[in-house]
Amino acid sequence: MESHPHIFEIQDISFSYPDGKTVLENFSFHLHYGQKAGLIGHNGSGKTTLLHLLMGLLTPTAGSIRILGEKMESEKDFKKMRPKLGFVFQNADDQLFSPTVLEDVAFGPLNLGKSPKEAKEIALQTLESLDLNGFEKRISYKLSGGEKKLVSIATVLAMDPEVLLLDEPTTGLDMDTREHIIQILNKLDKSFLIVSHEYDFLARTTRDFFGMQKGKIMYYGDSSALHTHTHIHPLGETPHRHNGIAAQEHPHDGHDHAHEGHVHTHEDDQ
Amino acid sequence: MIAETFAFGESPVHRLDPRVRVIVGTLFAVVAALADRFDVLGAALGLAVLMTFAARLHPLAVLKRLALVNGLVLFLWVVLPFTYNGTPWFYLGPLVAAKEGIRLCAIITLKSNAIVLWSIVFFSTMPVATLGHAMNRLKMPVKLTALLLLTYRYIFVLEAELNQLVRAARIRSFSPGTNLHTYRTYAYLVGMLMVRAADRGERVHQAMVCRGFSGKFYCLDEMEFTFRDAAWGGFLALVIFFLAIWQWAL
Repeated sequence: MESHPHIFEIQDISFSYPDGKTVLENFSFHLHYGQKAGLIGHNGSGKTTLLHLLMGLLTPTAGSIRILGEKMESEKDFKKMRPKLGFVFQNADDQLFSPTVLEDVAFGPLNLGKSPKEAKEIALQTLESLDLNGFEKRISYKLSGGEKKLVSIATVLAMDPEVLLLDEPTTGLDMDTREHIIQILNKLDKSFLIVSHEYDFLARTTRDFFGMQKGKIMYYGDSSALHTHTHIHPLGETPHRHNGIAAQEHPHDGHDHAHEGHVHTHEDDQ
Repeated sequence: MIAETFAFGESPVHRLDPRVRVIVGTLFAVVAALADRFDVLGAALGLAVLMTFAARLHPLAVLKRLALVNGLVLFLWVVLPFTYNGTPWFYLGPLVAAKEGIRLCAIITLKSNAIVLWSIVFFSTMPVATLGHAMNRLKMPVKLTALLLLTYRYIFVLEAELNQLVRAARIRSFSPGTNLHTYRTYAYLVGMLMVRAADRGERVHQAMVCRGFSGKFYCLDEMEFTFRDAAWGGFLALVIFFLAIWQWAL
């Protein structure tokens, strides 16, 4: 399987929505085996679009996509490759559609041609590996938000993909579930690409750190280095604006915290 | 939204293979719907009442559901006798009550109560998910069972979205009245709900496609058909068959 160095390669793709809004232009990105990458960017910077293009849910207007070395040209190509890319949707309610958890986790394996018995076994094993023992009988809609997210990760892992693609995995989750997901990802012996706008989360789960801005990608470096580069924030107690990848207001609470100081530059004090 | 009041229990009916329950439930409904003899329908209703006890369903909860049906039936009693052309029985001012109309009402009353009771006993004694799987195993069209199961899954999500919209209207001091503003707001709510449902449908389908879905649903449940199921299923089918003979051959 590892005869080609990249899990996927995106080469010079462009994409515009039917309303004419261009989201990506001559965009290139690749992920190699074993890479754990984080991708950060504003709302509307095209992160989700990128994942959808990769899954073949959207078709680029130009450029090429290769998955496991093979060129993706038609729905048929994508169909074959989708099980290799475990895509976890942002909203777990979109991902979990079966009445019970067991059926949902077994859905992927069944589609891959496993017998009901095998699929059930895989599902139970996957749930166990995520410390979700006893969840199999639960009714999907009765799970809490955090439980839904964990189960939707299980539904994807049950297909044993080459890579996990997580779209904003921490949206709306409490601290405990967030911790649980961080632990799961750190234990996981798989490549993954996490799209998020949470620095902390990416710093604790990924090694390589990319940013997306106006449809272009930039490498920000090794996220562990970013993480250990701790300093006291000069604007700790006042809400302020950052110029760069996350131009958003930070209502900082004033104590020392890990801050990716050299990733972005500070604008004038407000 | 769906309470599944009777879905779980420890009665002989609850232990019956879901497929047997679906078949027996359907057979009975067909025979009772087509029958038009008082004695046959009376017996059918009696049997249905008996089965309610066999299933150990809470009588009050069952009566509550029956009340719903009989509300509709009551409406028929008010309208049907006076609109049916037949032998006059009594006069109510300018209105004429026809004998045939009253007979029809009585038959509909027996029929609907018998069918609803029987359906409660044989269909509501399992979770909707199991019902879907039983239908699946009985080789019902996949689209039909998928529709049932997906409706079951997402009706709660839609309810939550509706509540969200209603809350959003309420926190901005919306109080419904009999005016154009109210109607327009409700129309927006319904419209918004539909737009969201369509969007969600799209996203769910994408998520399914990403997990290798290609139009075919596979069933995980392996239902067990035991001797007990065969015996009970055979017996109940025989009883229904007897009702049919009574109606059409005797």
